Amino acid sequence: MQLTEKKKEMWIAYLFILPLLLQFALFTVGPMIFSGIMSFTDWNIVQKASFVGFDNYKNLFQDEKFWKSLYNTVYYMIGIPVGLILAMLLAIGLNRPIKGSKAFRVIFYMPAVCSLAAVAILWQWLLNKDYGLINYALSWFGIEGPSWLGNETWIKAGLIIMMVWKGVGASSIFYLAGLQNVPKSLYEAAEIDGAGKFGMFRHITFPLLTPMTFFLVITGLIGGFQLFVEVVIMASNGGDGPNNSAVTLVVYMFQKAFNYYEMGYASAMAWVLGIIMFIITFIQFKFQDKWVHE
Amino acid sequence: MSANPKIMQGLSKKASERWTDFIVYSLLTLGSLVILIPFWWIFITTMKSPMEAFVMPPDWFPKPNFVKYTEIWEKAPFLQGILNSLKVALPIIIVGTFTSSLAAFAFAKLRFPGRNFLFLMLLATIMIPFPVVMIPQFVMFSELQWIDSLKPLIIPAMLGNVFMMFFIRQFMNGISDEFIEAAKIDGASLFGIFIKIMLPMVKPAVAAQLILWFLGIWNDYLGPRIYLSTPEKKTIQLMMADFNAFYVIQSDYPLIMAAAFIVMIPILIVFLVFQRYFVESLNFTGVKG
Repeated sequence: MQLTEKKKEMWIAYLFILPLLLQFALFTVGPMIFSGIMSFTDWNIVQKASFVGFDNYKNLFQDEKFWKSLYNTVYYMIGIPVGLILAMLLAIGLNRPIKGSKAFRVIFYMPAVCSLAAVAILWQWLLNKDYGLINYALSWFGIEGPSWLGNETWIKAGLIIMMVWKGVGASSIFYLAGLQNVPKSLYEAAEIDGAGKFGMFRHITFPLLTPMTFFLVITGLIGGFQLFVEVVIMASNGGDGPNNSAVTLVVYMFQKAFNYYEMGYASAMAWVLGIIMFIITFIQFKFQDKWVHE
Repeated sequence: MSANPKIMQGLSKKASERWTDFIVYSLLTLGSLVILIPFWWIFITTMKSPMEAFVMPPDWFPKPNFVKYTEIWEKAPFLQGILNSLKVALPIIIVGTFTSSLAAFAFAKLRFPGRNFLFLMLLATIMIPFPVVMIPQFVMFSELQWIDSLKPLIIPAMLGNVFMMFFIRQFMNGISDEFIEAAKIDGASLFGIFIKIMLPMVKPAVAAQLILWFLGIWNDYLGPRIYLSTPEKKTIQLMMADFNAFYVIQSDYPLIMAAAFIVMIPILIVFLVFQRYFVESLNFTGVKG
């Protein structure tokens, strides 16, 4: 009797998790294996695929645009530390019991709920060379703003500014949640020891926020390697930008797969992205304990 | 007549605190302006004609003129776009929330072989982003003739959301087993326990995750971009982006910004109404500072 009850619970449990297991098999692992096989073929949808061994990977590592796209993808990540520093400062400000701090929180979070597509469209106008808000604001300081999106050197800077603007509020809310977990007694003890404001930040606030910083850096990296929407909407030539100055890994992969139907080649790129993700996950698991202050 | 030094000290401390408050307040105000002015900028752009939008210095308070907001509906099927986005989002969050929390219940409270392994296996998929699997998924759905329909966007997601399952499970772990044991003795089925006992107890966590998920689906661009090509089938984000690509050539920024504004406003309203849940959802992430 007891045994059959247990058996019954087991089968019901499997039934309950079945949808997620199906999703795992059909839409995650299955496709990954399939794309692994595809990456060794020259398949272009129209013609029959034939195996080409490691040719796609060989060509990929000699493809200048691929390296450029990887370089750009990493370059955009300057936005991560910039955003986190600003977010931490905001959170420290928001953590003070001042009037209207709730309203500030809501305002800073607003760009985070708007879609990337809408924000990209909005910023394409803000960054307009002659009539955009950014260059108009710069003109108050006597600076003649560049053609942000039409210029090889400025396009990445423009996109980074936009990403920081969009993301800083959400990060600061995370930091704020972290700050509220810091015991007040630590500051009181430090004050008795004669610690200054900066000392308290350096020795209490900052170290206790490292788990949150670590979390935000990891999520930032994961998001950073998938950069697509902003670039494809804001950069010319379907996301390339002038002289491939804006193109990212996923944008290039998208172009190869859905504009040129080079499915094998694009799958090789997908696997490179997958391996990068694996490395980030590995770092996360391996080093979390070492880096993160407990 | 010297003032009491203790009082003096108290006063000066208060003054310095007030000074800090003032600085913090000023910086937060400055930050808010950096966020709000761009929103105001597009709003006033929508009030102008394309030529007026190019006048420098800009008119910060133009006469209210909503003609662009009537024009956009005639120039693209935005209403259909909103409907399409709802057609994608609603089935997913209704069915998907159910399947996700059902799995969360199994992982949190039921005993079965391979529980930890299966849980970690599912959790690992969070690290596999959509771009990694989008090409084979596209091929698969084109074999099924599902391309240019909303199905590839709906069906896979309807099976559940590992992220959501994870957070709800965290929450359910905190619920005492005694409730379940007692219900079992009363002869309740496991499904009954899930519906009548567990789900009501984790309602806030479910609500928070549900809103975030809805937002993610509503704001998605890459998925719809891959699968949809007929204008009438496009989701609102895709429609807006295509609208932008078309009218940016004509430099009709007021028209484009009106479309972007229409797309952003419902979400901002949802956010302002439910902002409590947005902030609370962070508390459910289990990330501790």
